[in-house]
Amino acid sequence: MNGPFRRLALAPVYVVLTLCAVVMALPFAWIVTSSLKTKQDFFTSRFLPAGDGFLGVAWDRLTLANYTQLFTQLGIPRALLNSLFYASVTSVLATLCCAMGGYALAKYEFRGRGLLTAIVLAALIIPPPLLLAPGYKLLWQLGLLNSYAGLILPALTPAFGVFLFRQAMLNGVPSELIDAARIDGAGEGRIFFTVALPLVRPMMGAFLLITFVGAWNNFIGPQVILQTPELFPLSVALNNLKGVYGTEYGLITAGTVVSVAPVMCLFLLLQREFISGLTAGAVKG
Amino acid sequence: MKPAVLRRHSPWAPWIFAAPFVLVFGTFVAWPLLQSLLLSFQQTYGPRHAVFIGGGNFRHLLDDPLFWTALRNTATYAGGFVFLMVPLSLGLALLLDRPGLRGRALFRLVFFAPSLVGMVFVAMIFFLLFQIRTGLIDSLLHALFPAFDPEFPWMQDYVMTSLIVASLWMYVGLNMVYFLAALQNVPTELLDAANMDGAGPWQRFRHVILPEIRPVAGFVVLLSVIGSFQLFELPWVMFDNSAGPNNHGLTVVMYLYKSGFIVGDLGYASAIGWLLALLLIVAAWVQRRLARAEEEAS
Repeated sequence: MNGPFRRLALAPVYVVLTLCAVVMALPFAWIVTSSLKTKQDFFTSRFLPAGDGFLGVAWDRLTLANYTQLFTQLGIPRALLNSLFYASVTSVLATLCCAMGGYALAKYEFRGRGLLTAIVLAALIIPPPLLLAPGYKLLWQLGLLNSYAGLILPALTPAFGVFLFRQAMLNGVPSELIDAARIDGAGEGRIFFTVALPLVRPMMGAFLLITFVGAWNNFIGPQVILQTPELFPLSVALNNLKGVYGTEYGLITAGTVVSVAPVMCLFLLLQREFISGLTAGAVKG
Repeated sequence: MKPAVLRRHSPWAPWIFAAPFVLVFGTFVAWPLLQSLLLSFQQTYGPRHAVFIGGGNFRHLLDDPLFWTALRNTATYAGGFVFLMVPLSLGLALLLDRPGLRGRALFRLVFFAPSLVGMVFVAMIFFLLFQIRTGLIDSLLHALFPAFDPEFPWMQDYVMTSLIVASLWMYVGLNMVYFLAALQNVPTELLDAANMDGAGPWQRFRHVILPEIRPVAGFVVLLSVIGSFQLFELPWVMFDNSAGPNNHGLTVVMYLYKSGFIVGDLGYASAIGWLLALLLIVAAWVQRRLARAEEEAS
């Protein structure tokens, strides 16, 4: 097939894909526009209120009032900071801990390695809800309920993280390089940080992002463990807001935009890391 | 000169690196797992009071109509979601994989973005989208097709449909990425050979592409089934912290949550957790058996 003919044959493909893309993007567009409207305009216009401004839109009727109310009266800044703290600390520490675990399994010969690897593989199939009730009891016994320590500590070494880093270290860190560094007199910790970690940087980036998004979006954990409203992250705070202001659609949509936008910005900046991180697990698994 | 002796590391070095995993796993996974086994034979009132009741929880569960409702709802959701998601994801991936297509990265971006929105926030968005008359879905469908009822009661009478539609929006793009990666690994020589033999698009798909992507398809189906059986936040948040009208949105994990943290019986919640784990392990085992049988057959 030659060029122009082939391009013509692709026309229906473009039509279908564009239609699907519009359908997928509509909810985002609707949430964002709804958050910028007054209650009255929410009920009278589907996306942007009609008027005689540029493109036939009444731009001057759009308002930031919903956002102002969220940030000045409803405690959303605190929830935003909580989410930011929780997701950053969890993702940074989990990436380090999983990389260490993966390194031990991939690059050392020691008694117990086979058993440890088997445990990591077996732990992959434990469904998290199974640990909800006993985990709650344990945190109560340890006095860690209603604290971020209780939320972050159990999330530091997810089995799939250790497994992913084991695979990355096996494939990406040559043992000769480690031996050479040892001959040069480097200590084990220094070898890990200066030889091994730089070689698995793509996996670190991907895993960091995935755990960040996972913690940011976590609901059941904070809902069960945290009790003081000042500690709530956005997921729990927003659900409570919905319970109180259920019909204030402008507020709810603005809250959703505030909760979703940071993750979306991160994704737009670092798309490649996101997608490579996802497929790394799939292709090996 | 003697050859350089390889300096041996201390025997403790690997254990220091493995320490975070060993400690966290031991404390927050292995120990609670053991506890949950004990708990599942107890009736508790919050974490403080517990009575040993033998197999009472499991016996009660099998007679508990709410548990069966939860299981039936969850299975219906999982079946409906996976059945629709696989063809949609694979279809989009096949379209995006067409040679010479422009804007592939942009399409992929748009399709993939919803999967980064947390389940809670998806529930918020669809709670608004599904509102009778004022929600975008009713109002837009009525504008496009005047015969469509502008007061279509999505969240009132079509609970499962609503949950599946919201989940499709969230996950079709994510699984499309998996399929796309698999399609890009199909050897071009195979496709060229099929073209030389005069195979049409359907034959090429059926006899060349499908066998090559089958392992990834199995992986996607298994992960989606496992994920679907853990559905909780979507109905919980969408139906204002409840199981929805007539418990139509009650799921297994929601029942676990309600039993453990609203009723306060951590024992009953643990028993539900074990039954769920058992179900998922059986699903994983069946999938592996099927995959192996497939491999041996070909």
